[in-house]
Amino acid sequence: MTTVALKPATMAQALTRAMRDAMAADPTVHVMGEDVGTLGGVFRVTDGLVEEFGEARCTDTPLAEAGILGTAVGMAMYGLRPVVEMQFDAFAYPAFEQLISHVSRMRNRTRGAMPLPLTLRVPYGGGIGGVEHHSDSSEAYYMATPGLHVVMPATVADAYGLLRAAIASDDPVVFLEPKRLYWSKDSWNPEEPPAVEPIGRAVVRRSGRSATLITYGPSVPVCLEAAEAAREEDLDLEVVDLRSLVPFDDETVCASVRRTGRAVVVHESGGFGGPGGEIAARVTEACFHHLEAPVLRVAGFDIPYPPPMLERHHLPGVDRILDAVGRLQWEAES
Amino acid sequence: MTVMEQRGAYRPSPPPGWQPRTDPEPLLPDAEPYRVLGTDAAKEVDPGLLRRLYAELVRGRRYNAQATALTKQGRLAVYPSSTGQEACEVAAALVLQERDWLFPSYRDTLAAVARGLDPVQALTLLRGDWHTGYDPREHRVAPLCTPLATQLPHAVGLAHAARLKGDDVVALAMVGDGGTSEGDFHEALNFAAVWQAPVVFLVQNNGFAISVPLAKQTAAPSLAHKAVGYGMPGRLVDGNDVAAVHEVLAAAVRHARAGGGPTLVEAITYRVDAHTNADDATRYRQDTEVETWRGHDPIALLEHELTERGLLDDDGVRAARDAAESMAADLRTRMNQDPPLDPMDLFAHVYAEPTRQLREQRDQLRAELEAEQEGPHR
Repeated sequence: MTTVALKPATMAQALTRAMRDAMAADPTVHVMGEDVGTLGGVFRVTDGLVEEFGEARCTDTPLAEAGILGTAVGMAMYGLRPVVEMQFDAFAYPAFEQLISHVSRMRNRTRGAMPLPLTLRVPYGGGIGGVEHHSDSSEAYYMATPGLHVVMPATVADAYGLLRAAIASDDPVVFLEPKRLYWSKDSWNPEEPPAVEPIGRAVVRRSGRSATLITYGPSVPVCLEAAEAAREEDLDLEVVDLRSLVPFDDETVCASVRRTGRAVVVHESGGFGGPGGEIAARVTEACFHHLEAPVLRVAGFDIPYPPPMLERHHLPGVDRILDAVGRLQWEAES
Repeated sequence: MTVMEQRGAYRPSPPPGWQPRTDPEPLLPDAEPYRVLGTDAAKEVDPGLLRRLYAELVRGRRYNAQATALTKQGRLAVYPSSTGQEACEVAAALVLQERDWLFPSYRDTLAAVARGLDPVQALTLLRGDWHTGYDPREHRVAPLCTPLATQLPHAVGLAHAARLKGDDVVALAMVGDGGTSEGDFHEALNFAAVWQAPVVFLVQNNGFAISVPLAKQTAAPSLAHKAVGYGMPGRLVDGNDVAAVHEVLAAAVRHARAGGGPTLVEAITYRVDAHTNADDATRYRQDTEVETWRGHDPIALLEHELTERGLLDDDGVRAARDAAESMAADLRTRMNQDPPLDPMDLFAHVYAEPTRQLREQRDQLRAELEAEQEGPHR
């Protein structure tokens, strides 16, 4: 038996590696965006790609998000697989018309004749002390648009596997990278990066019997921390990492809720009109007779993303999650 | 060194990093719209090309009339006519090689038809049985684009991708005067120039964005002047002079093919019909204006040139009209048949594989349709 030399890697490094491997495996993969070349991206996620693959395949574009995505659409129409970086969540909004009116619809519009394999990478979410327009949770906008896949990794391994899957997908994928997890670390074997995960499957990150925390992206580590803390109160919480909002894995989520009988949805995005409402409705519709309590949501407040000195009050934290767990009508249990 | 000594040493100089500007002169558009018909330049044009353009114009005019009639009969949901603009539509299609790409807007079904697309397929969007009725790769015609100017960056990206692959492909993208106010127009031209992409932008300046005249759209010296700011040549052409439009577009295509980068062409034309069948043009323009433009009709201009020079006789006119009539008759017949519709198609092409949720919704609709077959609710 050979010993595998595991090395620490950050999520940012795993994402870089995913793009590098995809570009090496498939000459049609092109990376483009603002500062992705010489600088290696403001988060250094495209570090080294221009040196390895040249400017034609890792392109510093003019500073215009609609133009970046719009030209990427044309490149995909000609058979390339563009991987587009939006510099920050809130800087992606100028590209919304291209995304909604074209990227999401090209396959449908042409009855499948012209699929649009395109990955839109968006560093997203808060918790990094960013000033205004640098911390938005924009997933609800994307998941409300049919034709897009919406994927959010929460671990180093998933960052690699899901980004490879996104780039290989024949459908457009909005790939939301939790900024505050860019520097999270895990050990992996750099000789053999983790296998490519299919998009659309949730995973149980922590098994438990008392209640299910349904979450994704930046809130996954927070929920795992909450689950550890809950042990002190003799609560054994299960944590489901959705990994994608579209496709939504009803099966894994509902199987968990049927086991535990209680559920809390946790995300940074605002609660009103946020993903949690949809998830709670789906769980209630499918698991009503298994539920011991209403499905609760722990979400960001329904406010514009706060300034950095106040953001800790906005972000769902361990205490707020445990408070919600405490409100799951435990007194009703005999 | 004292301050005074430093001052003494000072010589006015440009700021560091300032680069001498490139000369804008070669990029500037023509002072007047370029014309060929009725000028000496017309004699340089291949008579065979002029005859072909004539046949296409006559066919195009008939196509517009037939599509408008089909709309009145309820066979099309809406039709944005290009009557009066046929010279631009036809020339845009004819300057392209087979391998080139056309990026039409919703008003440009005629350009797609002139490129060889089946009119019934070209009209799918406007008939409403689907959004696009053809495989864009088959004729290298992008889907007809409704959101204004948003297809322009697609043309740039496609042309850029083709060049990266080493393919000899030019993209020609069509937009109206109103579309030049959109951000995507700006971004597309900027990307095209920075990348030196083989693209030709054709602006059909037909005077109105639905009801809003050009004076409320821009303060630019001309729309063609906008090219200069991006570092590409702008050309101004009489959009109803089909020989002039063809010549200017063909030169721009050659320039792009040779690696010279993009060109912006502004063609001055006029939308003789209303914006669509749902529009009332009398609310915003005078009939006298329309009549003035009828006197500068693209077919009449070419017909005059051809007959003056003995290149077209009554038989030639009749042959062109007969060909147009048979196209119209075929279009009428086929458009009067109901298109096949399959509601299950609604779910088939949202993703490569329908999601579980879409499969459930498809099953729900199927069950509803089956129940509908069995009769009304009791």
